[in-house]
Amino acid sequence: MTKKKRTMADRVFVVCNTVFMILFVIITLYPVLNTLAVSFNDGTDALRGGIYLWPRKWTMKNYVTVLQKNNLVTGAYISVLRTVIGTLLALVSNAILAFIVSRKRFLFKKQLSFFWVVTMYVNGGLIPTFLLYKNLGMTNSFSVYVIPGMISAFNMLVIRTYMNGIPDSLEESAQLDGAGYGTIFVKIISPLCKPVYATVALFVAVGQWNSWFDAMLYNRLDSKLTTLQYELMKLLSSVTNQGTSMEAMKNSGGNVTPTSVRAAATILTMLPIICLYPFLQRYFVTGMTLGGVKE
Amino acid sequence: MSNKFKNKSKANIIEPKTKISWKEIKQQKVLLIWSAVIVVYGVIFYYLPLAGWLMAFQNYKPKDGLWHSQFIGFAKFQQLFSDITFIRTIRNTLAMGVINLIATFITAIVFAILLNEIASKGGKKVVQTISYLPHFLSWIIVTGILHDALSGSGIINEVLLKMNIIDQSINFFAHPGYFWPIVAFANVWKETGWNAIIYLAAITSIDPSLYEAASIDGAGRFAKIKYVTLPGIKPTIMILLLMNVGNVLNAGFEIQYLLGNGLVQSVSQTIDIYVLKWGISQSDYSIGTAAGIFKSLVSIVLIVIANQIAKRNGEERLF
Repeated sequence: MTKKKRTMADRVFVVCNTVFMILFVIITLYPVLNTLAVSFNDGTDALRGGIYLWPRKWTMKNYVTVLQKNNLVTGAYISVLRTVIGTLLALVSNAILAFIVSRKRFLFKKQLSFFWVVTMYVNGGLIPTFLLYKNLGMTNSFSVYVIPGMISAFNMLVIRTYMNGIPDSLEESAQLDGAGYGTIFVKIISPLCKPVYATVALFVAVGQWNSWFDAMLYNRLDSKLTTLQYELMKLLSSVTNQGTSMEAMKNSGGNVTPTSVRAAATILTMLPIICLYPFLQRYFVTGMTLGGVKE
Repeated sequence: MSNKFKNKSKANIIEPKTKISWKEIKQQKVLLIWSAVIVVYGVIFYYLPLAGWLMAFQNYKPKDGLWHSQFIGFAKFQQLFSDITFIRTIRNTLAMGVINLIATFITAIVFAILLNEIASKGGKKVVQTISYLPHFLSWIIVTGILHDALSGSGIINEVLLKMNIIDQSINFFAHPGYFWPIVAFANVWKETGWNAIIYLAAITSIDPSLYEAASIDGAGRFAKIKYVTLPGIKPTIMILLLMNVGNVLNAGFEIQYLLGNGLVQSVSQTIDIYVLKWGISQSDYSIGTAAGIFKSLVSIVLIVIANQIAKRNGEERLF
């Protein structure tokens, strides 16, 4: 009797749970798929509404319009550049710092760790930082994208935790063979740290690709230095305040609307991430469990 | 005899290191040089801005600089706290921070537990992979999607109209009452799958024999969740909760800035937006810095309190 009751409740649970998961997947994917459908649909036709998961009137014009917009193309170029350079710089510098503070016999091991952990809790805030970058001549320059966030205590701690798990005997035997710290870092520790390096690189790269605030704050005035996300934001606000929407319509021959162009730009901005992230899953799962949460 | 040996080995554990010799320091030359470079970088980019806090106590003028601007004590702070807009930004920041924290926490835990109950390995993998996706999208994209979905002709209004819940479409972005729920929903949509990763990892590390023992004792699915899974992930929940409490005030910028508009600014403006508006747009650096300092201090107080609570409850501490 009790057994039968339980299996009944169990069956209800399984059904409910499956329905819940399907709903979850729909809510997660629908907005993305809808944007995709709109991006391939004729702009004026889309204004009638009723586009859900499949375009009604196919066209490539939205994408052609996006690729003809100079600011979006330059933005994409800058975004790629900052992602590649920023990730490399951050990875190398965080790895070097983590290597130093994970050497058990390093003279200032504790002090150097403390120096960086403090930065996680105390920072100057927006205005002092803004003025500092201005005084350093970093406004209206590419360097503001890649230099300021280069070393971060969080990423350093993630790598350090991983390095601490590597047996000391490897370092000691290398030292007996006459290897200096440089060699130990490059030839012995780093090859073993590939998974954690991949994790940190992924975190930094996603952050770089998605950031727009620094572009708005520091490089707004130089149209050759703004990023793709920032240009996308401008596109969004031009759609929301319908005022400037006529301009986009004019230079495209009538059947492209700001909404459809933005859909195409959104899809192009998402594309690198959507293509890459399923393959990098195992890295960010290790990263999350290694270092807590990173937003 | 054995006691003596024990003491000796204990001493060894406490002080295993010999003093670092000069020869070793010489060996560490390359480490010291790199440390110096890194410290210089850290001082410039993380510690130097702290000197800018002086501006909050000055009538800062860019032409006079930090050294020659006139000191005015706490006048800027007084000005700040007599400004009703600023008081409102504190309320908004705290409210949205707390609502988002609770909403994203509960959904992530529930999602992790439910996903763990899915029997099919393949199905689990697919759902989890899809659930990460929104985390990787920028707030620019997410707010664009929200604008589409919640617009007059958007999918939400359409569904509500078809189901006869409303008889005329709602302009979600024009009513202050909708703003906080929209922000909370957006955070949940974006981060549930991502935040669940760590709980799923914690669930996987629960000893399977506990589940077997519970089965033998006649525990059903719900009893197992209640008495094995939840206690198993409790330490993880606690530590994450504590880590995020200090961040409550930091979660108030991007989405509020991107979604806010004139009609809802009484509930959408956060401390960070206030700083941006007064500090950068109006170039009142002193008031902007003062607001920033206030935020930093509150954050630090929150972290210390969270840490104390953790200590008292015997949980793992943050620092």
